[in-house]
Amino acid sequence: MNDMSRLAGSAIDVETPKILARNVNVFYGDTHAIRDVNVDIANNTVTAFIGPSGCGKSTFLRCLNRMNDTIDSCRVTGSMRLDGEDIYDKRVDPVQLRAKVGMVFQKPNPFPKSIFDNVAYGPKIHGLARSKSDLEEIVERALRRGALWDEVKDRLHAPGTGLSGGQQQRLCIARAVATEPEVLLMDEPCSALDPIATAQVEELIDELRRNFSVVIVTHSMQQAARVSQNTAFFHLGQLVEFGETGQIFTNPEDPRTESYITGRIG
Amino acid sequence: MTHATDPALPVSTENGSLLRQDARTRRRNAAETRFKLYGVIAISIGLLMLVTLVTTIVSNGSGAFRQSFVTLDVELLESKLDKTGDRDLEQIKKVSTFGYAPLINGAFETLAAEQGVETALSAKEMGEILSKDAAAQLRDYVLANPDRIGTTAEFTFLANSRVDGYMKGRVSRDSIQNDKNISVEQLDFVDQLVNLGLIEKKFNPAFILGADASDQRPEAAGFGVSMIGSLFMMLVVLVLSLPIGVAASIYLEEFAPKTWWTDVIEVNISNLAAVPSIVFGILGLAVFINTMHLPMSAPLVGGMVLTLMTLPTIIISTRAALKAVPPSIRDAALGIGASRMQSVFHHVLPLAAPGILTGTIIGLAQALGETAPLLLIGMVGFVASNAPDGIVAGLLDPNSAMPAQIYEWAKRADPAFYERAWGGIIILLVFLVAMNTIAVILRRRFERRW
Repeated sequence: MNDMSRLAGSAIDVETPKILARNVNVFYGDTHAIRDVNVDIANNTVTAFIGPSGCGKSTFLRCLNRMNDTIDSCRVTGSMRLDGEDIYDKRVDPVQLRAKVGMVFQKPNPFPKSIFDNVAYGPKIHGLARSKSDLEEIVERALRRGALWDEVKDRLHAPGTGLSGGQQQRLCIARAVATEPEVLLMDEPCSALDPIATAQVEELIDELRRNFSVVIVTHSMQQAARVSQNTAFFHLGQLVEFGETGQIFTNPEDPRTESYITGRIG
Repeated sequence: MTHATDPALPVSTENGSLLRQDARTRRRNAAETRFKLYGVIAISIGLLMLVTLVTTIVSNGSGAFRQSFVTLDVELLESKLDKTGDRDLEQIKKVSTFGYAPLINGAFETLAAEQGVETALSAKEMGEILSKDAAAQLRDYVLANPDRIGTTAEFTFLANSRVDGYMKGRVSRDSIQNDKNISVEQLDFVDQLVNLGLIEKKFNPAFILGADASDQRPEAAGFGVSMIGSLFMMLVVLVLSLPIGVAASIYLEEFAPKTWWTDVIEVNISNLAAVPSIVFGILGLAVFINTMHLPMSAPLVGGMVLTLMTLPTIIISTRAALKAVPPSIRDAALGIGASRMQSVFHHVLPLAAPGILTGTIIGLAQALGETAPLLLIGMVGFVASNAPDGIVAGLLDPNSAMPAQIYEWAKRADPAFYERAWGGIIILLVFLVAMNTIAVILRRRFERRW
């Protein structure tokens, strides 16, 4: 019985999207930042949001884990469902949601604490570790997933802020995956990094796809093409086109998408 | 590279030479030089003022730390102190300080006879060169050691403030012509005692540790009890203003919705920081003393009034320290599922702590130097006369504070108090400089970079 339902569950997982957004509108005070956006984020895929600056892709990303709640004037309408549950329901605690939907930011922002404490913080506050050795195991696993373990295993108690930019960003990714989220949101994670660090992070994103759904906002179309399976193109607060990355880049349906990826607008 | 090695490249000065300054550049450079000069002049004036201030304070105040003492052998006559002869303490206690004065006068008489001091002074007049405190000092000694009655003991008494002034050069034979408290003959007598080595200036710990004394005994007045008063007030200020101020700032900065209502509060807090401190004093008088019936002159009330005054400073500096923490740290914490409170207490507050501490110490230093509000709650006057006994008494018994004591001394008529006022300023400044140094050290030590 138990096994049956689990099987049924995983079968549905493949079919139905992880996050389903319908008619999403976002307002900052009187400004209408996002208009009627519909997006499906599939399981175990990388979805890239591209578009010119100020098109609302970061805003939309931050709606997916309710980071916009910290902005008083921000208002969100429409329906956004994670595994079928409305994340903007009154009963939802954003803190619980963010444990499921982790986030990595544009600028690497490690806490001014040790590398170990940076990664251990999430598991600690969510009570994921029962003992000290448990915690050490979680931290090691997270750092390995963040492709940082080999570089920092000898100096786990050195400050996280002392790492290089690329290492800091991988530390932030490790910190985000340490809480075992189901979805990982990345807001231009490579924009502050040099090409070598960018390549490392991109490789890492592809690895992460095995365990998480990844949503990435990026300004680099090459990056979107390299790492994502699905791409959404935003323009002036609207979702212009959403589909398979290959199709968007080779055979876009909308003329605006074509102009953007060929470099004529944006 | 060919250009650089080409020696034949012709020099063209048609559009002006780089080697010569044109008129505009010269004017611009002159303006910059002038501006730098103004800066140097301004700083020099400031430094000069500071040096003048410090020298004045030190030269006027250092005298207060040294006092003239008279060494005297006093015979503790049994016939005067213990008529029954059974060393009953209750009986000995009945002899007041008036009963001890003749012993001191007698001791001078003996001294004059033994050392061959020639003077026309009576025994009583000789005794007057001592502080009025001397008899009390003698009585305290006898009550503590009743078994010494009948023997002769050596004492070091404080000299009268006029004698002390004479020793320090403040009082001269000309200046005392109309002074009823001392005569030229007494000064001659003092001169002879100085030659005998019986009067000398020594470091006087009682000035730093002792209690204030009445108008008649400036030489016995000390700063210690008012220091204790200030200490208790600072404790009250710290215990009240730090938690209230920090909690209020955290709420306003991190949790409160940004509405016009919080704007009003913010503007009001900024304005409160500029309200004259005497206004807080009268508020304290009306609320704490007249309405809540807390005791007058108590350091507890003083501390509460100074808390009102310090809170805006602490709130403003705490909010500034919280604002200085980069928002990315809050995002990072929220992004991995920390609650707002966890993000504030685990990450933001530790980063803001050096700024908060600095603000608090500067607020405390400000409160430590405040006099005006204390005027209104009765902490200025002859109040610091007894050291408090225990913590409760320290909070509730009438006491003064350092700046209030300085003001009180500066107000009194006797010039000997004036010297003590300067001495008090030195001690107060030492405290303030120490507190500010601690603030700087804390900031340096705990400041983190990111």
